[in-house]
Amino acid sequence: MKGFIPIIVVIAVLAAVPLIVQSNATLNFLVVALMIALAGQGWNILGGYAGQYSFGHAAFFGTGAYVTAILQMHYGVNAWFGFGAGILCGAALGGVIGALTFRSGLRGSYFALVTLAFAEVLRIIASVAPITGAGVGTLIKLDLGARAFQFQSRAAFYWVILALLGLSLVIARLIEQSRFGAWLIAVRENEDAAKTLGVDASSVKTAAMVISGSMTAAAGCFYAQYFLFVDSGIAYGTWISIEALLTPIIGGVGTVFGPLLGALAVRLLGEGAKLVTGDVPGLDLILYGGVLVLVIWFTPRGLIGGCGQIRQWLMRRNAPGGPSVIEAGHG
Amino acid sequence: MADPLLVVDRVTRRFGGLLAVNAASLTAQEGRITALIGPNGAGKTTLFSIISGFIKPSDGVVRYAGNVITGEPPHRLARRGIARTFQIVQPFAGLTVRENILVGAHLHHRSRTAALAAADDVGRTVGLNDQLDRPADTLTVAGRKRLELARALAIEPKLLLLDEVLAGLNPSEVRDIVPVIHGLRGRGITIMMIEHVMQAVMSLAEHVFVLAEGQVIAEGAPAQVAANPVVIEAYLGHGAAAKLKAAHGR
Amino acid sequence: MLSPVILIPAILNGLLMGAVYALVALGLTLIYGVLHIINFAHGALLSAALFAAFFAFRLFGLDPYAAVFLIAPLFYALGYALQRFVIGPASHGDDRNMLLVTLGIAVVIENMLLFAFRADTRTIDVPYAFETINFGFTFLAVPRVVGFAAVFAVALALWLIMTFTDTGRAIRAVAKERFGAQLVGIDVAHVYAVTFGLGSACVAIAACLLIPTYYVNPTVGNAFVLIAFTIVVLGGMGSVPGAVIGALLIGVVESLSGLFLGESLGQIGIFIIFIVVLLVRPSGLFGARA
Repeated sequence: MKGFIPIIVVIAVLAAVPLIVQSNATLNFLVVALMIALAGQGWNILGGYAGQYSFGHAAFFGTGAYVTAILQMHYGVNAWFGFGAGILCGAALGGVIGALTFRSGLRGSYFALVTLAFAEVLRIIASVAPITGAGVGTLIKLDLGARAFQFQSRAAFYWVILALLGLSLVIARLIEQSRFGAWLIAVRENEDAAKTLGVDASSVKTAAMVISGSMTAAAGCFYAQYFLFVDSGIAYGTWISIEALLTPIIGGVGTVFGPLLGALAVRLLGEGAKLVTGDVPGLDLILYGGVLVLVIWFTPRGLIGGCGQIRQWLMRRNAPGGPSVIEAGHG
Repeated sequence: MADPLLVVDRVTRRFGGLLAVNAASLTAQEGRITALIGPNGAGKTTLFSIISGFIKPSDGVVRYAGNVITGEPPHRLARRGIARTFQIVQPFAGLTVRENILVGAHLHHRSRTAALAAADDVGRTVGLNDQLDRPADTLTVAGRKRLELARALAIEPKLLLLDEVLAGLNPSEVRDIVPVIHGLRGRGITIMMIEHVMQAVMSLAEHVFVLAEGQVIAEGAPAQVAANPVVIEAYLGHGAAAKLKAAHGR
Repeated sequence: MLSPVILIPAILNGLLMGAVYALVALGLTLIYGVLHIINFAHGALLSAALFAAFFAFRLFGLDPYAAVFLIAPLFYALGYALQRFVIGPASHGDDRNMLLVTLGIAVVIENMLLFAFRADTRTIDVPYAFETINFGFTFLAVPRVVGFAAVFAVALALWLIMTFTDTGRAIRAVAKERFGAQLVGIDVAHVYAVTFGLGSACVAIAACLLIPTYYVNPTVGNAFVLIAFTIVVLGGMGSVPGAVIGALLIGVVESLSGLFLGESLGQIGIFIIFIVVLLVRPSGLFGARA
């Protein structure tokens, strides 16, 4: 129970924001940031905790977005059911890709490549298939009202995405404290050793991918409801694959709050850049790429890890007798 | 004599043109310590990898507790009660000693509290109880070996495969860890160990198999095997046995 | 559809296109063979090289086949510097980090191009772009034929470098046994950088060969590099003959599936092959077992 208090506090504080802030622009910024944080939390489960770096998480995001859009527009399904269906499809896709790739023993670079390929295949199919609207994309008809999962006020959207994100934080924490989480981390650190300790590595990784896929798909479903338009570049584009991996890495891989911190930091950076140079295409991604390189270079454990590094450095400076040989070697 | 717990029956493993293990047969009696020795490159670790499910043999059968287990994956073997340590010790980085052992403990204890208690117990058994909260990568080499042992013990194995657990330890560290291994035997755990540190083999093992160039060239009680000329030649080269005998005779 | 009159040129064109793919794949497989990482920045470098060739033509009137002698060394230097001063230090030797760093660099380069040159597609006009050579039974486009010849020239050059120069021997040593190479005094960081430089130079050459008949925009490189990945995986990571043969195969597959499925779906054929190869035989046709 104790471990959940920070989550409750953070969510409570964030929930109060729309009561104080009225600016639509700020709320919009926060909504998008939280959505990216959710997508990133999905990546974090697979990449941060299980150590499998996916370069194609767009596959899940896009699937969530398209499934909910198509179900609503072509089959008249209720938006909330569509949302649920989108998440389930994301989970199923995670299971399929996981079962295929992990059972074949794919790891590391190869795994990153395969996920990239899956995302690309989906993007190409979406760009030509009639059901997705092909090149034109799919519009969700404006139908304001809670029943259709569309809200007049941005605050309502904000609270929805906040709730989803809160759920993802709780899930991450639960994983951290469970046997499943211990097994995931073991697989991440040393898969062979984990296997000798009884961990069914491929099943565990696949399960992580299912959870990961459903979270990122949820973010995709939300995107569809918020922006009411999806096309192949938005749904399955590299932009979301990159943001989904960037935010946990910058915030701190394998931590509960990493993706949230990272998303806020990254998006703030993007906004800052826009203020300085105007709304030029590509500038925000240049920054993101540069930040990625810098973070890996100097603080590979991200912002949260960086705080830990600073703390350790301070401890070493103040320790009597100066740094010990053992501690100087790591940190 | 009861059926051996582990039976390796004419196991062969080829890597392309290289015959790493050649129709090797050995057994481990339940509750005893069996050693597997031999010069470098003899195929001992390959054999261990076959027994522990990391590699499939090209030929031959491995039997455990009467069942054929050839080719079963490592995690399934762990559930059967076979544990294995690695030559190159790598703790789970970023975790504490206790959290490392916890991973193994979780195999039989689903709840974190129960698993933590089990991990503490195991930590005490191997003598790490005052280091449980330290980050695992701050341990010395001797500490890491104990941790490796602890992790394996945490899965409550019946058969423990130790791959050069004494390598890299100085004589006093070896002296300290030998009783720990003896203690395990006292709990009824069957141990098979690959070892180069001969003093330990002599004092620990009750039965020894000698592997050279993939084949079992001798077996028996430690003293017997040490005096065996075939074994001496495997280690020291052709004609060494005769030379030694001649030198002693003078 | 299946008449030889249509099939044979399709196959031949596939081979010729495959040759250019081979150049891109060669660089990638070289980098993998030595550094053991997949260079995600490869595509962005290709886009950058295409722009370089484009501006060499537009601003200085340099024909691509001449510009290559400037651009290739330039990209060698760029690749060397990237590996030596950015990727190497930033990764701290961790493979996973190297993946991320090259990804980051890819994003930076591609978006710098986007930022500087917008997303518009550009082409150049060279007089021989549409000329064909009569081979008797069919006509083949000049740039494609030149490209085909160039691939073998480059592959030969690489082979000569690897076999007969000290640097080449050092590269092979590091590829086989990095630690041992360090122990005998080989400067591994330098070797890594040289390899990266060579890989980037290959990409630059590919760009110069492509530009007469292809278009230039910041994302073109991506399309190519995914194909290059497929080739490298198919032919075997680190295998030079694998890259060339795999590339020719893929070129033909692409050409044929484009014929039967249309342009965009043709690409899918490649990715499906990619995924299947990765799942079934990740070591590829010629690669060492992983």
